[in-house]
Amino acid sequence: MNVTLRVWRQANAHSEGRMVTYQVQDVSPDMSFLEMLDLLNEDLTVKGEEPVAFDHDCREGICGMCGVVINGTAHGRGSSPVPTTTCQLHMRSFEDGAVIDVEPWRAGPFPVIKDLVVDRSAFDRIIQAGGYVSVSTGSAPDAHANAVGKQKADRAFDAATCIGCGACVAACPNSSAMLFTAAKITHLAMLPQGQPERHLRVKKMLSQHDAEGFGGCTNIGECAEVCPKQIPFDTISQLNRDLIASLFKRDGK
Amino acid sequence: MMTTTTKPAAKAAKPLPGADFFTLGEDIADTKAPGGPIDKKWSTRQFEAKLVNPANRRKLTVIIVGTGLAGGAAAASLGEAGYNVLNFCYQDSPRRAHSIAAQGGINAAKNYRNDNDSTYRLFYDTVKGGDYRARETNVYRLAEVSANIIDQCVAQGVPFAREYGGLLDNRSFGGVQVQRTFYARGQTGQQLLIGAYQALERQVAAGTVQMHTRHEMLELIIADGRARGIVTRDMVTGEIESWTADAVVLATGGYGNVFFLSTNAMGCNVTATWRAHRKGAYFGNPCYTQIHPTCIPVHGETQSKLTLMSESLRNDGRIWVPKKAEDCDKDPRQIPEEDRDYYLERIYPAFGNLVPRDIASRQAKNMCDEGRGVGPAVREFDHEGNERMVRRGVYLDFAEAIGRLGADGVAARYGNLFDMYAQITGENPYETPMRIYPAVHYTMGGLWVDYDLSSNIPGLYVTGEANFSDHGANRLGASALMQGLADGYFVLPNTINDYLASAPYEKLDDTHPAVKEAVDDVKGRVEKLLAVQGNRTVDSFHKELGHIMWEYCGMERTEEGLKTAIGKIDELQKDFWANVKVTGVNEDFNQTLERAGRVADFFELGRLMCVDALHRRESCGGHFRAESQTEDGEALRHDDEFLYVGAWEFTGTGQKPVLHKEQLVYEAIELKQRSYK
Amino acid sequence: MAVTGLILIAFLLMHMFGNLKMFIGADSFNHYAEWLKGQTADGGILYPILPAGWFIWIFRVVLLAAVVLHIYSAVTLWSRALAANPTTYEAKRKLAQTYSARTMRWGGIILAGVLIFHLLQFTVHATLIAGAFEDNPYKMVLGEFSIWWMVLVYAIWMVAVCMHIRHGFWSAFATLGANTSAKARAILNGCAWAVALILYIGFMIMPVSVLFGWIGA
Repeated sequence: MNVTLRVWRQANAHSEGRMVTYQVQDVSPDMSFLEMLDLLNEDLTVKGEEPVAFDHDCREGICGMCGVVINGTAHGRGSSPVPTTTCQLHMRSFEDGAVIDVEPWRAGPFPVIKDLVVDRSAFDRIIQAGGYVSVSTGSAPDAHANAVGKQKADRAFDAATCIGCGACVAACPNSSAMLFTAAKITHLAMLPQGQPERHLRVKKMLSQHDAEGFGGCTNIGECAEVCPKQIPFDTISQLNRDLIASLFKRDGK
Repeated sequence: MMTTTTKPAAKAAKPLPGADFFTLGEDIADTKAPGGPIDKKWSTRQFEAKLVNPANRRKLTVIIVGTGLAGGAAAASLGEAGYNVLNFCYQDSPRRAHSIAAQGGINAAKNYRNDNDSTYRLFYDTVKGGDYRARETNVYRLAEVSANIIDQCVAQGVPFAREYGGLLDNRSFGGVQVQRTFYARGQTGQQLLIGAYQALERQVAAGTVQMHTRHEMLELIIADGRARGIVTRDMVTGEIESWTADAVVLATGGYGNVFFLSTNAMGCNVTATWRAHRKGAYFGNPCYTQIHPTCIPVHGETQSKLTLMSESLRNDGRIWVPKKAEDCDKDPRQIPEEDRDYYLERIYPAFGNLVPRDIASRQAKNMCDEGRGVGPAVREFDHEGNERMVRRGVYLDFAEAIGRLGADGVAARYGNLFDMYAQITGENPYETPMRIYPAVHYTMGGLWVDYDLSSNIPGLYVTGEANFSDHGANRLGASALMQGLADGYFVLPNTINDYLASAPYEKLDDTHPAVKEAVDDVKGRVEKLLAVQGNRTVDSFHKELGHIMWEYCGMERTEEGLKTAIGKIDELQKDFWANVKVTGVNEDFNQTLERAGRVADFFELGRLMCVDALHRRESCGGHFRAESQTEDGEALRHDDEFLYVGAWEFTGTGQKPVLHKEQLVYEAIELKQRSYK
Repeated sequence: MAVTGLILIAFLLMHMFGNLKMFIGADSFNHYAEWLKGQTADGGILYPILPAGWFIWIFRVVLLAAVVLHIYSAVTLWSRALAANPTTYEAKRKLAQTYSARTMRWGGIILAGVLIFHLLQFTVHATLIAGAFEDNPYKMVLGEFSIWWMVLVYAIWMVAVCMHIRHGFWSAFATLGANTSAKARAILNGCAWAVALILYIGFMIMPVSVLFGWIGA
């Protein structure tokens, strides 16, 4: 099959970008979307043009490094029958002759580095603000010291599967990173190990979220819709509950 | 202060195979493991190691390259201890390291199941799984600290699978008979890595760890015989910078991407360890590669990576190919039972589809070589360089299991794997048999280290998959995560202090000749790559190298094939430096330049792998030499000749490498030949 | 945002019940209007806890504060969203976003504008179209809603208000932490639809009845 791509090209953070049209020929339906971009890049390289820069690494949907907006939806969720990362989206999801728009995540706190590559270090700083349990190596009690009910363990796990790809921010009309933040809050709030720092954590992480320049949540739900790991939308309410509770706690005052 | 002692080379009874390609050096030995019974060695070593006063630790700097389980855990732990840590990764965040992709689980000798498990049994299984080519002392310690890893991870909030009583669940994994594997659905690696990542970010916030993402290490700095720093390229700006410290730790993972197609992440590379090797660090057992039998087959020439599916599929799936080559393009459901060859059940009636990874892999290759493979035909070149189209896949059929358990029963066990398969291939595995083929998965070889995880260069430590130490010639399932975390959390932070106790070393600034030389080398290399301006893409070279490695240094290796491979690699490498096309400039985000540098190092590594495979004229673990098999086609070890670690010394570009042997001594375990008939 | 929004929704429900008194008759409706303002013989609502006539002013202050804080929060959220979103996609497709969720901001501005007209009309009496009403709220309402286009304006306005509430009601509870599961989300959204529909029907049934002469004829 052949496809027409309209790809966002931007030399660096300070320059203006624009959509550039490319034809990609001999695309196999079994290729992943990124393999199709590889094909384009091989072609550009041979012609002496600069290939399109895009982030990717594991190509099996778990590292969270890849992510572009395809035809207006993050990771091409609108074209895929199932929740997916860009690397696990396959060309069989597109028609022969399709025109496909490819753009980077767009959000102020995710500045474009080049073409489709953005800087997501804001996520790391949100985790630095409190997305951990303060336990130094060697100081842990036996693993069976605390039992965790299956329901809570499962809920913690559902939230912990976040891969930090940033699709939630890319899809959010407010550019809010609330689903990302809430996933970590919920993961640790469900476990006994997360309790001592629970209220301080939510205050610190949320204030870092705001300081990074992410927008506020207005409960629209685009984030959960594009999330490749299906982080439950209700984690955001968990964050809100913990935040409200934390206002009545002395931690961090 | 050398970390190794040398003794005269054992008098070779007969010359080693492939002796034209290397020279034999002095034997080496690990000098750090203390004497005494094996179960006392680690506590003795911890007691004897020199300590660093907590007040002095902040004056000492440690560079750690890599943020996976081994690197991230070490950076967090050393940061907590109070050292000044500089941590580097090539990804945009430390959370992306490829440890994240491990699915199955992590072993620990907790004996929570009351099924006769113990530290000794985990040790025994790991050594046996490694086909008696691992160092006893290191493996015992690994088993010893394994229980602490689970405690540590649970305390960090890692959501391991639990039972209704709220306690941790275990399963049996990798063909062992005890249930000692802890797991987190099919995403154990991700959850463990996120635990280490969070611990790391806590230290970043505390100011003890300085994190440098999108920085690739391109050179090691050695001054006065000590590893003192690294040179990196800032992958956003192209700036080439030097960083100096009192010690350097490499936790940069494995080199499976030398095969181009592997289950490794696209960015995984050998550059960090290879640069250290070029600066004098010995490379241990480079030919030991693990090939995983249940991966999704290649769909065509544009395939960029392979995806692994859990081996547990073989518990209920039956593997077959058509008996007749002409049936291979038929719909498998139309092929009657009598025309199917359930070859593993036929050849190995006792173990059937559950034979070890290497046997299952090799037999799949044999079936496809015979022309009985299934799925799309892929273009290949045979030993004479002729183009041919070969179907590379065998069926993994669940029809019988679905008949026995029902589709729901199969979905309950393997639902997520079936979904993954359907998403990647577009086929419904509940209706048509899955197609699988082996793929490179893990590399047991790596930089040679002693009991302290120190390489032969003082001050250079190597942890996780990047070192060679714990898995011998083959790795047991669910022990890669265990080793990474053991090294990072518990071993390195208790051994590196012995070295740092004599620090701080003289400060090196940018004008120091060692620093300047390293920086200039990197700049020269980058300029050289950019200057070629040929007409072939980096990926086309990488793919061709991968084909050579896979064909001649993959599942089955022969003396003739390996010699051919060496010749082909040399030619291809020459062609690379004459014809590669690297677009763009250094002072920019330039992914082509990044890849070009990595592929350039893969050529040199690939060659050394072939030389190592050539000289080891025995079959052991993941290394199968066609010349060394039993009458039944089983792998045949030669403990009399090859009971050693092959540690290779670099002597110069185009020069023959030097082989140093570390003789393996088995005191706690008796050597046995395996059999699966 | 959530708390002030819920206060305003509660007010709307009360306002709607009051309006429905039009169906009972002029005396009842006028008495209710005067009672709110403390002009009835018994001193009106909350008398004697509060002096007669105080309640309405306290009530107005609370409502005004809710409106002001609601707008303030909205402006803050909007400006943060604009700052967080300096560039727009060339192609954008919505997957989950409802029309009401998308129109919260512009919709909010439009309905605030019409609210001013509504207050000028029925509270300040400055923009009455049908003319004098002799201090009789019942007649005033009858007069205004006898004009067909006035009913149309209100019908459209109430669509905007109820759409705002459709998303706002659910969103307020989610912000307060009530969205505890996928099921809770479905229930909250169901309630939001119910409240929006009740308000629409409850508010519009009276003007329509006036227009068609079912009331006051």
